[in-house]
Amino acid sequence: MDPECARLLPALCAVLADPRQPVADDTCLEKLLDWFKAVTEAGSSLLLLQENPCLVELLFHVLKPQDLSSRILSFALRLAGTFAAQENCFQYLQQGELLPGLFGEHGPLGAAAWAAPTVRSGWIQGLRSLAQHPSALLFLADSGAVDTIFSLQGDPSLFVASAAGQLLVHVLDLAMRGPAKGHGRLQAQDWPACAQRIVCHLEDCLCSEAAPRVTQALHVLTTAFGHCHGLWTQGLWVQLSPLVARLLEKDPMPAPHALVELLLSVARSSVPSSNPGLWETAAQTLSRLSPMQAGPLAAGILKLQDCPQALRTQAFGVLLRPLACVLEATAQAPGTPGLLEGAAGDPMAVDMLPPSKSACVGLLCSTLAHLELLQPLPQRPSPWPQAPLLAAAVTILRFCNGSAAPSSEVGGRLCAMLVGCVRVQRAALDFLGVLSQGLGPRELVTQVFAVLLEYLMSPDSSPTVLKKAFQATLRWLLSSAVPPGCCDLEPRAQLVLRELLAVLQKRLCSPCWEVRDSGLEFLTQMTRRWGGQAGFRQTLLASEVPKLASQLLQDPESYVRASAVAAAGQLSSQGLLAAPSSPEHPAGPQKTPLEELLLVLTTDSEGFPRRAAMRVFTEWLRDGHMAVAEDRERFMARVLQAASGDLDWEVRVQGLELALIFLQQLLGARSPGAAPPGALAQALRALCRVQLFEFAFRSLFDCDRPVAQKSCDLLLFLRAKAAPSSSPQEAGDSPDVAPVEAALQRWRAGEQGQPLGELAPEAVLAVLRSMDLEALRDTLAESSDHVERSPQSLLQDVLAAVGVLGDNEADCY
Amino acid sequence: MKLYCLSGHPTLPCNVLKFKSTTIMLDCGLDMTSTLNFLPLPLVQSPRLSNLPGWSLKDGNVFLDKELKECSGHVFVDSVPEFCLPETELIDLSTVDVILISNYHCMMALPYITEHTGFTGTVYATEPTVQIGRLLMEELVNFIERVPKAQSASLWKNKDIQRLLPSPLKDAVEVSTWRRCYTMQEVNSALSKIQLVGYSQKIELFGAVQVTPLSSGYALGSSNWIIQSHYEKVSYVSGSSLLTTHPQPMDQASLKNSDVLILTGLTQIPTANPDGMVGEFCSNLALTVRNGGNVLVPCYPSGVIYDLLECLYQYIDSAGLSSIPFYFISPVANSSLEFSQIFAEWLCHNKQTKVYLPEPPFPHAELIQTNKLKHYPSIHGDFSNDFRQPCVVFTGHPSLRFGDVVHFMELWGKSSLNTVIFTEPDFSYLEALAPYQPLAMKCIYCPIDTRLNFIQVSKLLKEVQPLHVVCPEQYTQPPPAQSHRVDLMVDCQPPAMSYRRAEVLALPFKRRYEKIEIMPELADSLVPMEIKPGISLATVSAVLHTKDNKHVLQPPPRPAQPTGGKKRKRASDDIPDCKVLKPLLSGSIPVDQFVQTLEKHGFSDIKVEDTAKGHIVLLQEAETLIQIEEDSTHIICDDDEVLRVRLRDLVLKFLQKF
Repeated sequence: MDPECARLLPALCAVLADPRQPVADDTCLEKLLDWFKAVTEAGSSLLLLQENPCLVELLFHVLKPQDLSSRILSFALRLAGTFAAQENCFQYLQQGELLPGLFGEHGPLGAAAWAAPTVRSGWIQGLRSLAQHPSALLFLADSGAVDTIFSLQGDPSLFVASAAGQLLVHVLDLAMRGPAKGHGRLQAQDWPACAQRIVCHLEDCLCSEAAPRVTQALHVLTTAFGHCHGLWTQGLWVQLSPLVARLLEKDPMPAPHALVELLLSVARSSVPSSNPGLWETAAQTLSRLSPMQAGPLAAGILKLQDCPQALRTQAFGVLLRPLACVLEATAQAPGTPGLLEGAAGDPMAVDMLPPSKSACVGLLCSTLAHLELLQPLPQRPSPWPQAPLLAAAVTILRFCNGSAAPSSEVGGRLCAMLVGCVRVQRAALDFLGVLSQGLGPRELVTQVFAVLLEYLMSPDSSPTVLKKAFQATLRWLLSSAVPPGCCDLEPRAQLVLRELLAVLQKRLCSPCWEVRDSGLEFLTQMTRRWGGQAGFRQTLLASEVPKLASQLLQDPESYVRASAVAAAGQLSSQGLLAAPSSPEHPAGPQKTPLEELLLVLTTDSEGFPRRAAMRVFTEWLRDGHMAVAEDRERFMARVLQAASGDLDWEVRVQGLELALIFLQQLLGARSPGAAPPGALAQALRALCRVQLFEFAFRSLFDCDRPVAQKSCDLLLFLRAKAAPSSSPQEAGDSPDVAPVEAALQRWRAGEQGQPLGELAPEAVLAVLRSMDLEALRDTLAESSDHVERSPQSLLQDVLAAVGVLGDNEADCY
Repeated sequence: MKLYCLSGHPTLPCNVLKFKSTTIMLDCGLDMTSTLNFLPLPLVQSPRLSNLPGWSLKDGNVFLDKELKECSGHVFVDSVPEFCLPETELIDLSTVDVILISNYHCMMALPYITEHTGFTGTVYATEPTVQIGRLLMEELVNFIERVPKAQSASLWKNKDIQRLLPSPLKDAVEVSTWRRCYTMQEVNSALSKIQLVGYSQKIELFGAVQVTPLSSGYALGSSNWIIQSHYEKVSYVSGSSLLTTHPQPMDQASLKNSDVLILTGLTQIPTANPDGMVGEFCSNLALTVRNGGNVLVPCYPSGVIYDLLECLYQYIDSAGLSSIPFYFISPVANSSLEFSQIFAEWLCHNKQTKVYLPEPPFPHAELIQTNKLKHYPSIHGDFSNDFRQPCVVFTGHPSLRFGDVVHFMELWGKSSLNTVIFTEPDFSYLEALAPYQPLAMKCIYCPIDTRLNFIQVSKLLKEVQPLHVVCPEQYTQPPPAQSHRVDLMVDCQPPAMSYRRAEVLALPFKRRYEKIEIMPELADSLVPMEIKPGISLATVSAVLHTKDNKHVLQPPPRPAQPTGGKKRKRASDDIPDCKVLKPLLSGSIPVDQFVQTLEKHGFSDIKVEDTAKGHIVLLQEAETLIQIEEDSTHIICDDDEVLRVRLRDLVLKFLQKF
């Protein structure tokens, strides 16, 4: 601990111990605890307490009956726990009977303060920190704390209850860690007494008729198998699995969700390697649970790296069953091959869909979400039933828009439940998008595009559904439009594209801005991907879409304008942008795309469109866009001028990014080391002409740190390129750097209004060399509040807050 | 209670309810889809229409070629358009006491009923309903009268001939009852019979029932009606909406506890969501105009047009269309736009508050002020001077058979740059377009119907829980084109009763109670006796006096004084024969005590048998049987009157008398 903090500590303790002083706010106490934790982790707690007796005094003070706030009490409990985590310090505190006082029956446990959840939580967390060594175990056993923890598992505060469960696991782990060392696996009867008590308690809970107690026990076990990796966990499972198996036989099954969590936690632990019986339990559970409850278990099993094939098959079957029902509900002839072998025609399978709308929607959504997560995994079931899954997704989407023809009563019910259901539509569209990773039979792919087009065309599609439909369409187009080895769109994609552009045309005129926005995003992505394909270009140019896109640069909604900027930038890159004209000004002077975007950058009142314009410019410069290549310096000068004066820091950062690319293009980014002197001189002159230095130097003192950092990087890059080539000595007479340095001084002092004026390349180099950019970079790398976050500052804050009150008190008298 | 169903059109209902002693007509909608069988009435001579070939029978017989013309494979009647009236034969309409109107679309047949059936009653409607209804009628009359057509076709209506015609003429129903449009004089006379009402106003009908209009949320002044007596309540729900548009929101709470709920006027396009349709409308409008095309919106002069103009007001600037002129052409355009601004009390809360600012509640005022929206009575006159293209024109009639819209269809139909956007759901757009084929202009169908859809209906019914629901048969099955959509029908328990045109329904509930008043002096004379805690009884002897459906119990006339030999008696003095009534008995006979009493009175050899309904006490010696049941006691003895009377008196001891 640094001396300044040690000096402040007694005052802090006095403040905390004084009930009359206002309690510093919770975050201060949390920060103090963090600090003490860091201090104790770095050194000896015992030494800390001996050097700062005020701390022990504070803890003793808390024990006295008085009106201390529950927050301070909780703080003290946690602080004591932190100190007692080291065994010698624990012993030191034990000598003073401090720990029994704090954590024993005569402490807060028996007092009125116990009613505050924060005190109970502090008590648990204190013990959690303290329970690190064998002495602590003895203390826990003797003080009766374990019984209190048992009862706190049912605490009305969820935080307290959950923390109690975790503490139990921690204590169990601590108890088992000692004897397990060197002994390998122990028999249950050889377990330490403390562990036996906890396990006994868990057994009681598992046998209980009260569902909450069963749930508590299952939660504790789930945590134990998830967090403890000792061999003893295998013994624990051997001991408890019969009780868990008995739970499965109960009707109704108690706490099914917690049971699923436990089984998955055990399955992920080291237990299965020694205890294959687990898989039987899992299989039994799968068959006993309702479809909604079994879904997470099935998905969890399928994500396991190592598990018997039979169980995987069963789990996949469970997961697929709702979709099999959907397919069955529209199958024209009974017995049509479905998703599951044997599911077709099985009345049990078809009837498994829940009768209520919300349950059915929930089941379908969660099934689709599970399958969506499973699809990209290497351990996903193989063979993956791509075609039936595609068919199921398409059918669900058709049920949702009312176009599916149900062939059975269940189908009719499904139809009524799913029509217009946005939740299912979104889930199914996401899933359909993911399925684009693997293709399907030609006929099905045609259906996929047909249903996607139906959604894109339907006036009833909500904006979020439309967005998903656009995304899914793009994914399908990407995966299937250009056949391998072919350079143009395949004829079917060409047809889809034509219809798509007609829809897009309409969507870009939608009164709903979200729709216009997602339409533009779709256009940008499509153009980026196929801007070079002749078929795409032809279809796009024959439509109104490019014209509409550039009209949307004037949209009243800033997000739409930003997307329109991106779209116009992309279209222009590909030479697909006609000069915009609106019905407002049909005969007005037509601007080039560059002029249009510059106008956005200089005049738009919102940040998003301006940022988007900067991104487009960066891309144009990088890719050598025609409009930029014509007169690169003029382009840079105009853009940098606009960006340097922008109020939005992201625009300024983008401006510096643009400048860096320009620099790299001039000096060669790839070649390491300095640039050739001739090229450097030329480049420096160009940089001066576009006034890059004024922007960069000014940005060094920008009030937004990322801007300053970016500028620092830029100048460092330049210095690296320039440094060795020409030193001032070689250049002969030293350039006059005084005005530049004077300007920099002023900027550093916050007088940003001062212009830099004309710059000579030599002066720039001289200034660059004279500046300690590395030091500046290091300073900037520290977070902006590094000064404020020091412990000293924290202590001062706490004291200052109280000090103010002291003054007021004096005034009152 | 009976319901006579005079219209088969679910959204243009006309039903007659007989309830207690009243005959109430609920709405009188006019089915105008019949006009789709006629040729359009062009404002300006149309060579295309006048040169259409006459239609001849398959055998080449051409006697109908003057009446029927053929256009692109469809056959149309070349005559003044005619309308399909509600059924007039099912019930004598002169007996109708009152007509309740729920909204301005459902009163278009009013002149036919009030002027030609001997109707002498009163019509009840809210003020906006009457005013806007008048505008609609005025527009209709104007549209038809300003294009006089000499010819009136009737040959084709002959049943034998109609059978030979192609569809849809062949299948048209009740063609013999189709009538030409009424005149302005008839309209005025019909409207003069209307009495204005306000929401929640209670109107007594002959003391028998009370009717109350409630806001239905569909249009300015639109109402649902509650028809109730003291013990029965019938709700009539017609054209209601839960969407937030311009009218006052729907009053659902007052519909609770109905015995019968008559449900009509649901959305005609249950699969189209109005919000999506408005979006579609705007997008298509913008697309057309941006390409230099014109947009034609066939519409009624009131209703959805207010909402459309409001949407456009917000949309045109964002879509860069502020320089595009919007024209609203109707003989009543001006009145409609102005009326909408003055009915503040009938508007939704948001619009009402604007009035206090003060600002016009609808933003179309600003559109007019800034010259973005211009309105004209017809295409003749000022309009032709101001007309600028590309533009958007709102005009009637949505059937495309008469009105200024006919002119624009002829004018713009040939160019694929132009678009006609159908927003009114009353007419099939394909049938409406049939006489204009072949057509190059684009057609967009965005029906905007804000009335209740089936999901909303099922929520409403769950909320208000009527005992019985009665609705048109169309609502009790999925639409024929989408037979799998079981969600598109009324779903309630018990299942809704359905009706169709010309059907009489006996409504499934019986009246069980009637309220009767007791005169104070009679009430004073009553002596209630508490027979159970909280329940007292008293016998009443009185005269029931019934007048104007009010029932009053009056004290009975005093028994006639002995008139001392005077035998003369006038008929009016003839008082009801007041017999001395036997007292009423109540209570139950405890068998054990009864047996003890019998024994005390010397009866012996008593045997008690339990039966399903009570007990039988056997007096074996006296050969007598006393049958005691819950509501009767019989003494069966063998012609021994003395014994019977003795036993009766013993029984009576256990009972209370009144």
